[in-house]
Amino acid sequence: MEKINNFITNIAEQFDETPPNLFTPETKFKDLDEWSSLIALSLIAMIDLEYNVKIRAEDIRKSTTINDLYEIVKAKMQ
Amino acid sequence: MRKAYIKAISYYLPEKIVTNEELVKDFPEWTVQKVANKVGIDSRHIAADDETAGDMAEKAAKKMFLEWNILPETIDFILLCTQSPDYFLPTTACVLQNRLDIPSIAGALDFNLGCSGYVYGLVLAKGLIISGAAKNILLLTSETYSKHIHPKDKGNRTIFGDAASASLISTDGFAHIGEFSLGTDGSGAQNLMVKSGGFRHPRPYNDFISDEEGFTSSDHLYMNGSAIFSFTQDKVPILVENTLLKNSLRKEDIDLFVFHQANRQMLDFLRKKIKIEEKKFYYCMADYGNTVSSSIPIALKEAITDKTISNGNKILIAGFGVGYSWGGTVISF
Repeated sequence: MEKINNFITNIAEQFDETPPNLFTPETKFKDLDEWSSLIALSLIAMIDLEYNVKIRAEDIRKSTTINDLYEIVKAKMQ
Repeated sequence: MRKAYIKAISYYLPEKIVTNEELVKDFPEWTVQKVANKVGIDSRHIAADDETAGDMAEKAAKKMFLEWNILPETIDFILLCTQSPDYFLPTTACVLQNRLDIPSIAGALDFNLGCSGYVYGLVLAKGLIISGAAKNILLLTSETYSKHIHPKDKGNRTIFGDAASASLISTDGFAHIGEFSLGTDGSGAQNLMVKSGGFRHPRPYNDFISDEEGFTSSDHLYMNGSAIFSFTQDKVPILVENTLLKNSLRKEDIDLFVFHQANRQMLDFLRKKIKIEEKKFYYCMADYGNTVSSSIPIALKEAITDKTISNGNKILIAGFGVGYSWGGTVISF
């Protein structure tokens, strides 16, 4: 799988108001002001289209940081 | 063998319109732009307090009779798709027979489906024609989900709109109804549900919770957005593939894809996932919202009116949602 940097860029694109430079592997994405259930669906959609991997709401629920989500996607790709 | 066609389509929208600007007054944390961008809906129509699905179906049928110059006495079967019927019993379609002056030799029945309902209406109507049981079927869809939705349920109030449609399915017409692919998965029942009020849970729970996770209430429409999203992600691409197979067609043979108009975000995703060009994919929700079983007939009518559909076109329609239930077919103009 690609480096985490591209993954972070793809995640950041799902947010309209949060500046892209605020996103790092350690970002707790669900704590961002802009976070909503609609963004959760955007993430599920983006991950399917970009990585051909199906993640579930449960995977988002158990992820705290962007790195947590990255690891889940990476594991599902193998 | 007998063939079945769509011979007329009309729809009815209730008078009251709720815009995003009005919704934002009830939910100050929501911004108009956010709603419009994500779900692709600018306004939706809402049935009056004293206007039922039966009333709306009647208006849609009368509009169809007028617009297409059809006489009620030619109708020999009424099918009504609704999940918000006027009564537990009798069947709303029976009440409509009388109100629409349809002859008493006509058959009539309601069927309870949501977003897949129009496709199932077509498969039932086609079956009635092929069996020889009927020749002119009035297929009605009518839904007042607004009456199932809690006033504090921001998400569902944003997405859903009320509407009714009327189609005439006959032995001749402008669009031939092709072969069907259908599917059901009752294991997803609890993810889109009005739990109380039937005989499983007759009494209200009065248990609504509104938090960051969304809105839940056993006494109102409940939708688990991410579970429904996952369902469409799993099933709709396969539904499209199977519908093409059943009709011996390739994706390239289809001139226009008309899906159930769930919301913009979901349709954008499905379109990209299935790799359908944007110009071959019809969006029709900005002024109506998600109108459940009426969304496909409204979109078809609009696509005919704005000339997106022309003679000789093959249109793949796909409905999917509550149940879970899904179905697709190809209609050839």
